[in-house]
Amino acid sequence: MINKIVGTAKEAVAEIFDGSTVMISGFGEAGSPIELIHALIDHGARNLTIVSNNTGNGHIGLAALIENKQVRKMICSFPRTANSVVFPELYRRGEIELELVPQGTLAERIRVGGAGIPAFYTPTSVNTPLAEGKETRIFNGNPYVMEYGLKADFALVKCKIADRYGNLLYNKTARNFGPVMCMGARRSIVQASRVVELGMLDPETVVTPGIFVDKVVEISNPLSENQLIKENRRYPWA
Amino acid sequence: MGINENKGWNRDQIAARIAADIPDGAYVNLGIGLPELVANYIPQGREVIFHTENGLLGVGPSPVKEEEDDELINAGKKPVTAIPGACFFHHADSFTMVRGGHIDICVLGAFQVSREGDLANWSTGEPDAIPAVGGAMDLVQGVKTIIVFTQHTTRSGEPKIVESCNYPLTGKGVVSHIYTDYAVIDVKNEGLFVREMAPGIDFEFLKSCTGAELKLYE
Repeated sequence: MINKIVGTAKEAVAEIFDGSTVMISGFGEAGSPIELIHALIDHGARNLTIVSNNTGNGHIGLAALIENKQVRKMICSFPRTANSVVFPELYRRGEIELELVPQGTLAERIRVGGAGIPAFYTPTSVNTPLAEGKETRIFNGNPYVMEYGLKADFALVKCKIADRYGNLLYNKTARNFGPVMCMGARRSIVQASRVVELGMLDPETVVTPGIFVDKVVEISNPLSENQLIKENRRYPWA
Repeated sequence: MGINENKGWNRDQIAARIAADIPDGAYVNLGIGLPELVANYIPQGREVIFHTENGLLGVGPSPVKEEEDDELINAGKKPVTAIPGACFFHHADSFTMVRGGHIDICVLGAFQVSREGDLANWSTGEPDAIPAVGGAMDLVQGVKTIIVFTQHTTRSGEPKIVESCNYPLTGKGVVSHIYTDYAVIDVKNEGLFVREMAPGIDFEFLKSCTGAELKLYE
């Protein structure tokens, strides 16, 4: 029998080891698996490389993971936003590494990583500082930069509905990096707002096929980062 | 934002001027900030579909406060709505639209634009700045027509249209049109051509606040 459902977020992240590379879904708050991230803070794995579009907000979720000194390196496209305070400070002190990747290149590197493609060529970043030191090649008279596929040991992803095979549906623009991260990681760990019986999801509308998913935990009322930031909360909870 | 409100067009007038040039049926991506204003001025009777790179085609107007949804946002992380006929998709599909040449027009802000259409809009290159690029480099390479929406000069009066950018580039030779508070300028192989000047702006004045050679259409 296949049953990818696990009981708690703690159990879901227990296998994450020191030094691993972890993809974390989300674009700002939308799609960020905050309960799984908090479970990873409790778990304590260190020296992590995190692949995520941003670096978290306030002192909760991804920002709290960074603040707790569990992250060695960030691979992301936009490390600062209105509410990001933790990463900029550590970065300026030289205490965290940054690999800055254009957003579309980041999504594509994750997608091809999951598709077994080691590298690809793109015009994005040609003639800019982000192409320095990278191999370039001319196709049809135009220059392209070679970018490597990205693979991770784990993905932490938030979705709306899942079944025990790991088939997933998302919610609006919270889908963002979730589907490609499930493909790009060796082990995909998902929090779903609702788990339904097999057959309840229309096969025509499944977004992430269960083959890309390893564990699902039901978190029926996920925390709102916006709300926590308004309340000036920190994780671990004071 | 420092756009000179006393002379030339104000920011809403620039937005309306850009919107007037967006054809019916276009798929359009609007950059964060000033370019978002363009959505408010699409002429009646035209159907334009707005793309936001975080996974929505068919961005609608801002919601009323009670209907804001943390999981329905634009690339600037502001709450939006989805129009009837909208669709959601993941990031690799979204950037396939961008990088594969499927989006018709992108409107972006600028620190500097050069005579040859080089764009600098992601970093001032200051040593203590936190570098952040987002989707800008993907958009300038992949979208068919890149429009720049900017004030003509910086707050301190320095030209933003220059012979060659000294800020780090977003892309080389990527800009097609520049819309400022003073003029509409087309970027062509033969140079920068002034298509239109705002009321009260003359060519001599325009040249005096531009850092690259300007030409008039014959």
